[in-house]
Amino acid sequence: MDDLIVRTVTKWIVPFIQVYGIFIILHGHISPGGGFSGGAVLGSSIILITLSLGYKKASGIISHNTSALLESGSIIWYVLIGIVGIISGNNFLTNRGSGFYMGEVGDVISSGMIPLITVAIGIKVASTVITLFHTIIEED
Amino acid sequence: MKKIFFIMTLVLLWGLMVASIVQMPTSGDIENPSYNITTHYYINKSIRDTNAPNIVSAIINDYRAFDTLGEATVLFISIIAGSSVMKNTYGNKKEKKVD
Amino acid sequence: MQIFNVILIIFLITCAIAVERTKDLLAAVIIFASYSFFVALLWLLLRAPDIALTEAAIGAGVTTMLFVGVISKTRRME
Repeated sequence: MDDLIVRTVTKWIVPFIQVYGIFIILHGHISPGGGFSGGAVLGSSIILITLSLGYKKASGIISHNTSALLESGSIIWYVLIGIVGIISGNNFLTNRGSGFYMGEVGDVISSGMIPLITVAIGIKVASTVITLFHTIIEED
Repeated sequence: MKKIFFIMTLVLLWGLMVASIVQMPTSGDIENPSYNITTHYYINKSIRDTNAPNIVSAIINDYRAFDTLGEATVLFISIIAGSSVMKNTYGNKKEKKVD
Repeated sequence: MQIFNVILIIFLITCAIAVERTKDLLAAVIIFASYSFFVALLWLLLRAPDIALTEAAIGAGVTTMLFVGVISKTRRME
């Protein structure tokens, strides 16, 4: 789609969408939201770039290899957080007993492993959405 | 004959749905069957257990974190299925040219 | 608030019938996006803002984009 208005509006609006997605992910344990919705918002910003500026530009920002690496890496990060609980002598994915930083109620960096898991799920969902759309839309 | 049968089936299903909607408890009632000891435990103890004010996030990321790992695995399997159906976009472009 | 609920459900049923009736697939996809937007508003009225956010992001955003991508690969009319 080669339209001047669409291209200009996309260039202006994409940073705000991405900041909103990162806000939803990082505040997942304080306000409504969480990994799934924040990751979907982040992924749809890249989809917007693909639709308006073309596939070449979007694959310059995040390519297939980077996306596949982020997917596998985030799920390995999730499992590693769970294994910390086993190492410290508790069950798999134990929060308070395994020595995470709990902090004060209401802070961004608090409540142990919940923000770490939320970030992992957010990256996972965003890269899944981007990879699915790029697989469908890619030119031969 | 076929049309009458369709309409009869639809009316029957509509009656079933309306009968079940009438039986449903109102939202937020204290007599609901979903308002039991588990809800009391989460509302009273979740701040003490996890330090997170959002109880939903505390449930899906702490108490039920293993289920969330399963959901992430479902996403992983979906991406494997999608890229294997459209497999000539992933890497083997030389085969595509022969085609 | 009760009357707002009823209006939303009437819009919902209208959208669901219109998706099935439309011959133009691109128009049907846009109507489906508005359908999931009404579902998101209903979740918000049922005091589930988490699910409302997820429904608005995935149902109205990502699913519409995936359908548009598939339609651009195939044909537009039914």
